[in-house]
Amino acid sequence: MTETATIAASERRLEREAAKRRRARRGAAIAALSSVIVIGGLAALILTSPGWPEVRETFFNWGEFTNAFPEVLDGFWLDVKVFLGVEAAVLVIALVLALVRISNSPGLFPLRLLTTVFVDVSRGIPTVLLVYLIGFGIPALQIVQPAPSPVLLGAIALTISYSGYVSEVYRAGIRSVHRGQHDAALAVGLTHFQAMRLVVLPQGIRRVAPPLLNDFVALQKDVALISIIGPQEAFRVAQIYQGENFNFTPLIAAALLYLAVTVPMARIVDRMGGPEGTVR
Amino acid sequence: MSVAVLELRGVTKAFGERQVLQGIDLTVAEHEAVALIGASGSGKSTLLRCVDLLEEIDDGDVLLDGEVITDPAVDAVAVRRRLGYVFQAYNLFPHMSALRNVMIGERYAHGAKKAEAEERGRALLARFGLAGREDDRPDNLSGGEQQRVAIARAFAGSPRALLLDEVTSALDPELVGEVLAAVRDLKAAGMTMVIATHEMGFAREVADQVAFLHGGRILELGPPSQVLEHPQREETRRFLGRLLEAGRI
Repeated sequence: MTETATIAASERRLEREAAKRRRARRGAAIAALSSVIVIGGLAALILTSPGWPEVRETFFNWGEFTNAFPEVLDGFWLDVKVFLGVEAAVLVIALVLALVRISNSPGLFPLRLLTTVFVDVSRGIPTVLLVYLIGFGIPALQIVQPAPSPVLLGAIALTISYSGYVSEVYRAGIRSVHRGQHDAALAVGLTHFQAMRLVVLPQGIRRVAPPLLNDFVALQKDVALISIIGPQEAFRVAQIYQGENFNFTPLIAAALLYLAVTVPMARIVDRMGGPEGTVR
Repeated sequence: MSVAVLELRGVTKAFGERQVLQGIDLTVAEHEAVALIGASGSGKSTLLRCVDLLEEIDDGDVLLDGEVITDPAVDAVAVRRRLGYVFQAYNLFPHMSALRNVMIGERYAHGAKKAEAEERGRALLARFGLAGREDDRPDNLSGGEQQRVAIARAFAGSPRALLLDEVTSALDPELVGEVLAAVRDLKAAGMTMVIATHEMGFAREVADQVAFLHGGRILELGPPSQVLEHPQREETRRFLGRLLEAGRI
């Protein structure tokens, strides 16, 4: 009696597993087939287009690529340096801005007002315009002689633009930490400052790590904007090449270099999202 | 008689238009446990928060060891270091291990050396039945375990008095006992306590005095045998009657 019951159950089980395997196989086959159709279709469309021979010559020329790549790569190092410098400055300045904005001490009122205006203005002006205004406006003031280098001015403009964004991300993170956490920190005898440093900030910042990184992916691309005031970073170098040789391949080289940095960063952001949506 | 550990004199507190405390007088002697009972919204939590200076009172005074602590000139941080507070929802720090939760006050508020704080933290966790759970994050602990960590954390600073805010209200019924045992242990050790609670059986067992709060006032105050068994006021009788109906006594 019990024996037949177990045999019956295991038969059902085998049936279910076989069905599951069939479903998985069919799913994989459909995915493979649809990929071939879509990607192959796109490739066919491009490769058979009337302009393709010319595009291949001007955008994907291997000779031009190897010629231009070393110089574009040189330019890209400037991008990386500016990116790292601006990122470090933004992380610190934005945190200070966020802390000033959430404080409620009356002594900080003027500062709070200023930071609010700063955040509104810096976020409200297109980054490209800010780079232009600072790049040409600051030297014209002639406060510092000789005028700061365009690279520095560009970096300052990017820092201003991104500090506004990032401070709002920080602020959202800090505000998402339950008030009971601050209470508990005070109750064990910590000062307000210690409560922020040891309890509220570590939780708040961890929660907004994915959007913070997301902003830095955007920053990495926006470094190219400083080229409009002169510095020869990857995009600018590629553009000069293109102007001289009437070939766009160096721009593809620059694009690949940007991707080489931003794609890994995007994967890190994805992983932080995690299946549970929490970060430890 | 020696000076009371805690004394409240005519304490009032309003949130906007809502008068939550309307003149509270209460004295808690050394080694004494006072149970605050009353319906939700009667002001139990607010009273405890005001004593720990987590809320600013409007009028009256709170004294700790005979010293007025509600004067604006008094350093609130120094006062809180002499008191311990256990929250209804535990409020453990989720990004720290159980041990670090217990150590943090010692380490940063009382300036203990790391090794000292750690030793004391381990001893306290063991005392409340949490040996072996030192490295667990609060997420990995049951509600009862979390609340026992919270009690250890509040007790770690060797407070003059412990303020317990409905410490079993967020727990599944089968976990209530272990937390009450921890409080019983503290009472046996002579800890001065103010306990806001819905557990009448526990109040009767542990408390030296029971205070019945209603509408921001203490309507009845006395030993449990009197307040819980022979209540004088109609409001107290009605409150206890409702608990009886709900099977909570």
